Amino acid sequence: MRFVIDVFSVAAIGGGVFFFLAGTVGLLRFPDPLSRLHALTKADNLGLGLVVLGLLPRTESLLGALELVAVWALVQLAGATAAQLIGRAVRRQGPAA
Amino acid sequence: MSVLAALDIGLALLVFAVAAWTVFAPGAFAATVGYVVYGLLLSLVWIRLFAVDVALTEAAIGGGVTGVLLIGAAARLRQAEMTTVGEAPSGVTRLFAACLCVLVAAALAGVVLLLPDQGPTLAPQAMERLPETGLGNPVTAVLIAYRSFDTVLEKVVLVLAVVGVWSLAADRYWGGAPGEARAERPEPTLAFFAQMLAPIGIVVGVHIFWVGADEPGGAFQGGAILAAMWIILMMARLTEAPQTNAFWLRLALIAGPAVFLAAGVAGVAVAGGFFAYPSGLAKPIILFIEAFMVLSIAVTLPMLVAGPPRREPRR
Amino acid sequence: MTSGTLAGLVGAALVGLGLYGVIVDPQALRKILAFNLIGSGVFLVFGIVARKGAAAGLQSDPIPQAMVITGIVVAFAASALAVALTLRLFEETGRASLRADGGAKPGGDGAGPE
Repeated sequence: MRFVIDVFSVAAIGGGVFFFLAGTVGLLRFPDPLSRLHALTKADNLGLGLVVLGLLPRTESLLGALELVAVWALVQLAGATAAQLIGRAVRRQGPAA
Repeated sequence: MSVLAALDIGLALLVFAVAAWTVFAPGAFAATVGYVVYGLLLSLVWIRLFAVDVALTEAAIGGGVTGVLLIGAAARLRQAEMTTVGEAPSGVTRLFAACLCVLVAAALAGVVLLLPDQGPTLAPQAMERLPETGLGNPVTAVLIAYRSFDTVLEKVVLVLAVVGVWSLAADRYWGGAPGEARAERPEPTLAFFAQMLAPIGIVVGVHIFWVGADEPGGAFQGGAILAAMWIILMMARLTEAPQTNAFWLRLALIAGPAVFLAAGVAGVAVAGGFFAYPSGLAKPIILFIEAFMVLSIAVTLPMLVAGPPRREPRR
Repeated sequence: MTSGTLAGLVGAALVGLGLYGVIVDPQALRKILAFNLIGSGVFLVFGIVARKGAAAGLQSDPIPQAMVITGIVVAFAASALAVALTLRLFEETGRASLRADGGAKPGGDGAGPE
């Protein structure tokens, strides 16, 4: 049973790392700020969700698991707000923002 | 090489690279964003040094609140950047400065490498008297019990900084409110964010303060989170920055150091020494002092970020 | 090489970097950033001293940790005052650097004409 949990954790965290990598590649390679923003927010949120999913079976208590999920929810909230604000700034000032 | 060693080396290189970006980045705004990232990575380094309280403080105050301060300043100083283009020092000066800095860094690195493996330490003495204070977190015990005078002086430094920032206002603005003189509607995206985050943030901040007695946390970290919530509310324009001559504001600013100092002086009468706590009552007194410290920090940090008054005071 | 030694070396390098930034960059805001780098580098050297003082069941000596926490808060207070001074300088003179000649008005310490 431990082995199954470990394999699941490694797989989920590995998937999360892959999405973070994909988001970073998008940040570096996409042509303009709006598409870069798109790549970052989508991929990073999904990546963090997978990492949290992989860490959930390793927590020792329900409270720890809830804390992890709360961290993910708060990062989503902050990321969405930041993306909105940056997107609006880019639209107002043009791609040179 | 173990995985942890690889992580340590990778983290060290990353911290150095981001710090180099902060120094060499072309624009001030980019450098400031690099500094915020640097602060967050630094708190990871502190965790690897097994100093979790310091990691929390670095993330909250060093990376977070300082970041807000510097990004606001960088945005406002953007127009001034063009005027300093011609003032960069010559190549000879740069070379000389680089040699000097490499020398200083090498000397410091030599000192670090020559440190003995087991240094002198006060940890045994700190742990020995810990049960008397009723606390479980030795860092909190050092801050509020063993070296309480240092912490009082630090709170006073914060008050002095606020006085210094306020005194930069023009004479006719003294006592007014910081920030622009327009009454605007709340900024919608930030208002949503603030309304969702502030209740959670207040609970988290109070929790971190309360739990700091026994686990990593404490008054500074909890107070910084509460300060961040107020800063977000002010940035979302859901609430205005208060007038600097408001009585409640000035009372809240000095409440922390005043209560702390009063407890120290009362210790002379009650427990036989300046800043001595009577045995058995140490933990309630410490938590009482810390509560006022949290209030002061939560009020001082946003006032430092808001800056000097820019409006005339209303009667 | 333990994590403590590595952190101490990074701290030494940061002090050097920050010192270069303070000397070379003409803008006041960049000097404040570099000054903060020097401060955090010094705190990292404190960190290795604390780590080498691990004893009595603790992983790291609590006294230097408390001093670093105090230092971080005081460094923020100093940065806030420095940023306020820089913004005031910009409001008064339109410049953000500290050159003695150029646009600086005489008596620009807040007591001059507002």
